[in-house]
Amino acid sequence: MKNILLIAALLTASGAAPAQPKSAADGIAEYRAMLADGNPADLFEAKGEDLWKKKRGPKNASLESCDLGKGPGVVKGAFVELPRWFADTGRVQDLESRLLTCMERLQGFDAAEIARTPFGKGEQVSMEAYAAWISAESRGLRFNLPQGHADERKTFELGKRAFFYRAGPYDFSCASCHGQPDKRIRLQDLPDLTKNPGDGIGFAAWPAYRVSSGEMWSMQRRLNDCFRQQRFPYPGFASDVTIALGVFMGVNAKGAESIAPALKR
Amino acid sequence: MKTRRLFALSAAALLVAGCASMAPTPDYDALVAQMMAGSFRDEGIAKVDRLKQDASNAACSKAQGGALPDDVAEALQQAALKTVRMPADGKFIGDWREGEKLAQNGRGMTWTDKSAAPDANGGNCYNCHQITQAEISFGTIGPSLYNYGKNRGVTDPASALSRPIVEYTWTKLWNAKAYNACSGMPRFGHGGLMDETQLKHLMALILDPKSPVNQ
Repeated sequence: MKNILLIAALLTASGAAPAQPKSAADGIAEYRAMLADGNPADLFEAKGEDLWKKKRGPKNASLESCDLGKGPGVVKGAFVELPRWFADTGRVQDLESRLLTCMERLQGFDAAEIARTPFGKGEQVSMEAYAAWISAESRGLRFNLPQGHADERKTFELGKRAFFYRAGPYDFSCASCHGQPDKRIRLQDLPDLTKNPGDGIGFAAWPAYRVSSGEMWSMQRRLNDCFRQQRFPYPGFASDVTIALGVFMGVNAKGAESIAPALKR
Repeated sequence: MKTRRLFALSAAALLVAGCASMAPTPDYDALVAQMMAGSFRDEGIAKVDRLKQDASNAACSKAQGGALPDDVAEALQQAALKTVRMPADGKFIGDWREGEKLAQNGRGMTWTDKSAAPDANGGNCYNCHQITQAEISFGTIGPSLYNYGKNRGVTDPASALSRPIVEYTWTKLWNAKAYNACSGMPRFGHGGLMDETQLKHLMALILDPKSPVNQ
């Protein structure tokens, strides 16, 4: 009897064993999983789809014939092939710069003015919603940026150089934080963006809803805050350096599954 | 005649264009300079002159994470070493408690910071280093500094015996590129990010035997 009790006690003890102190990363993962059931990005997606179909701007037109790279009006699958080269502008464009083109040409908005508008204000609010919906239409698909055009390859090379460009008071580059695997800032894991960091990580996790700020961030806004923390001057919205970095990260992420719009702490 | 000359000219232009499109490598240095210059603007204390690279940043950018040629690395390290100013009063060790506050503080030098003066800046140390054991929220980009002084046998930082490691540590904080040409660590003294008093507090945090780092 005594033995049985002892065994029972041992079993109970071993049963309790898995309740070891959780690592901080585990805790964060759990927190994200808890939140994932109701990612507020859903609301932005719905708003984006609605706005896309709505007649707006000086020309009172919708964006439904906007060509995101797979033909006019094709949204599904477009996001995982951006940035890419566009014949009608003769430029390599990411999602946001392409949206600027469509908003200007189809709806009559002033693209430069939207680019100058601070995040979270005016038409930048529409931009967040478009980015959420358009990325969601490629959720589960794998990144596959075209590199067939000479300008696409040139932009990749420029993006690589921008990624390693050290300057500013701290001598930081993108690579200072994102050039090696398995590193952290404080407790925040840092993806190695010089290669494919995996499904739903790094480039494949933006746009995202940021719980800490309660905001929907597109890749443009993500890069903007990276440059702030890099102690660099202010990057223009849809500026060449941001697009080149998009090509570099996007090509490196080839084959990674997009989970955007994701959920971030 | 005029037409013929025009024809000849355009034929030549085509030939040149043909050659250009076959040219294997564009002038990336020029294209990068153009891209950077056209992509940023001033915001608050973060002006576009921050994009200008000194010899160190230019060489390390070009290496793209790889090693520099030995002679280039050596020359850059020698130049960095020459920038180091030892403390004017000969004292290296401040208050480790103040050092811990600075190590915790990740502020400074962004376009949302008001001032670029050293007293507005944190050390950002925990972003990349483990330091005390009590602080579990530390980064891993730099090596752990836990037991930094203890592991190096520092029992009295003011002693002659400790002098080499004390000077090495001061140099590392002043200009990290003196020992590793492409070190990822900011040049706190050289860059005017921290003043002497702040650097002494950070020195105390990792070298003072009374600091929790060395318990």
